[in-house]
Amino acid sequence: MSTEPILSVRGLIMEFGGIRALDKLDLTIQNGQIAALIGPNGAGKTTFFNCLTGIYTPTAGELHLSPSGQPSRRLNGLKPNQVTEAGLARTFQNIRLFPTMTVLENVMIGRHCRTRAKILGAILRDPRTLREEKETVDISRSLLHKVGLADLADEVAKNLPYGAQRRLEIARALATEPLLLLLDEPAAGMNPQETQKLIGLIRNIRDEGLSILLIEHDMKLVMSLSDYIFVVDYGRKIAEGVPEEVRSNPVVIKAYLGEEVEYA
Amino acid sequence: MNVITLKDCRKALLTALWFMFLTFPILVVKVNTTEHLVIWRWQNLIYVGAATCIASLLTSVYRHYRDRRGQMRQQEQQEEEAGRLSLTERFFNTPAVSRPVFATAALFFLIFPLLFSTYQVNIMTTALMYVVLGLGLNIVVGVAGLLNLGYVAFYAVGAYTYALLNMHFDVGFWIALPLGGIMAALFGILLGFPVLRLRGDYLAIVTLGFGEIILLVLKNWAEFSQGPGGISNISRPGFFGVNMPMETALNYQYYLTIAMVVLTIFVINRLQNSRIGRALFALREDEIACQAMGIDKTTVKLTAFALGATWAGLAGVLFAAKNAYINPDSFTFLESAMILCIVVLGGMGSIVGVIIGALILILLPEYLRAFSDYRMLAFGALLVIMMVFRPQGIIANVRRTYHKKDSAA
Repeated sequence: MSTEPILSVRGLIMEFGGIRALDKLDLTIQNGQIAALIGPNGAGKTTFFNCLTGIYTPTAGELHLSPSGQPSRRLNGLKPNQVTEAGLARTFQNIRLFPTMTVLENVMIGRHCRTRAKILGAILRDPRTLREEKETVDISRSLLHKVGLADLADEVAKNLPYGAQRRLEIARALATEPLLLLLDEPAAGMNPQETQKLIGLIRNIRDEGLSILLIEHDMKLVMSLSDYIFVVDYGRKIAEGVPEEVRSNPVVIKAYLGEEVEYA
Repeated sequence: MNVITLKDCRKALLTALWFMFLTFPILVVKVNTTEHLVIWRWQNLIYVGAATCIASLLTSVYRHYRDRRGQMRQQEQQEEEAGRLSLTERFFNTPAVSRPVFATAALFFLIFPLLFSTYQVNIMTTALMYVVLGLGLNIVVGVAGLLNLGYVAFYAVGAYTYALLNMHFDVGFWIALPLGGIMAALFGILLGFPVLRLRGDYLAIVTLGFGEIILLVLKNWAEFSQGPGGISNISRPGFFGVNMPMETALNYQYYLTIAMVVLTIFVINRLQNSRIGRALFALREDEIACQAMGIDKTTVKLTAFALGATWAGLAGVLFAAKNAYINPDSFTFLESAMILCIVVLGGMGSIVGVIIGALILILLPEYLRAFSDYRMLAFGALLVIMMVFRPQGIIANVRRTYHKKDSAA
């Protein structure tokens, strides 16, 4: 496994008024790894995602994306669409598909930032635009195939079953050609079979060379899937390590289960 | 199964009584002030009561019928999940049916001036201009989901661009046409910037204000726009300097408007099925997800406003050229509301729907003239009925499907 970092976060602070949702968070994600961010409810996991993807502007701290072989890029202050263009794609905790568009169109939207056709091209349909459009459809179809939704390409997104919607979100994020894929509770609301399928899918994506950061509550999924785990509580990182280390870390157990009370 | 229950009857009676009470002062009591007489028209009370009662009963019957059909349809749906395409979808997906229908419609519009009187051609030209306006607003409201209540401002910008250029510099129609479109697009961007952060109701209010500002400027800045008096003697569209008699000129304008409609349909259809069009649809569906997918919200919103405004500008130039006279009264909020009605009634996001909507909404009041006094009443009733029973519009938007053969290598 390579030890090149793809994303490094230094001293990230996010304050909402007087509340400090993230407190000097440091973390480094290695290239080609599945990293997981876990923590109790309200620990600041989704806030972290939102800071990373430009939906919030962090109060302080440094966010750097370092594509291999290219100079690293500072992500602070970029707009969400610029962050996506830089190579970070995300899914949402509460599914945010384009409900009345077809499954295929949903994925095609993901190609937006990698294609260039302008208004004039759309009207004139010159060869370049046609080629780009065909490429968009082809890539989108192959992504749907990868997540197992190829048969439902023409279905309207809101008609899909829940698990399929989650997989569609992943396909849509992949269409932006990310370097790092951010999954916000991908297994939430899934039944055991769907979760099992999802684990396979995420592994496949990693094996193709993508790095993945996921937020998840399902401990079984986190422990079996992740290469590295970060634990946050009250906006602070309280532990990190490979799954075995984290599992037996007393601080983590305390954060999740509360303190053991000893009776005399 | 009972068609009318006792409950329905009681409801009908109560509704009738309530209507009789409400209409009593205006329909029953008539005061003749010159002879100091009060005329009691009791027969009117009976008419109102009977009509309301019957209407209420009919509504109940319809509701029962609909409920029962809804149940049956649900059963059918459970039985055959696969075959649940709506009628419109089936229509568009069967070229054998849809092609001849479109061809007949096209032929009808082409030979229209040969079949009908100048008066008919004239109102049809107006209706077709509203088709262009409706399709333009459809980009903003139907496709991008940005409620714009000041759309008529761009129409005014186009019209005044031509009128003023023609008055001061004697600029011809064909040069003014693109200029009007460009000017309107610039105004679209001008409006777009301050409202980038707004959505829904707030956006609607700001656009409403924008429309009023343009109207007030046109009314009050007399040195610039000639004020409420308007601008007259605007040149009609030329045809290589040929002098045409009145009737030919009208027909020429009709065909010009047809050409404009065809161009609009062509361009908007292509735009909708493109990268830009998809981005606009995505913006309507979910703004945050849209940004997270790498779409620049700012650019897309401004594009939507500019694209929509362009068509209004072009239609404005046509309007000024057709009437040869314009004044600010043609660009009131009522016009904006009318165009919005066209889009909503026709079906948001659907090109065919908007065309049908425009033709119905503009032509119907003309053909309802036979009912003279009740013309606008019938028109309003139709709108209400339409929105209650078919809120998705006449033709609901059909998503494009990409067939395997399109992408085959």
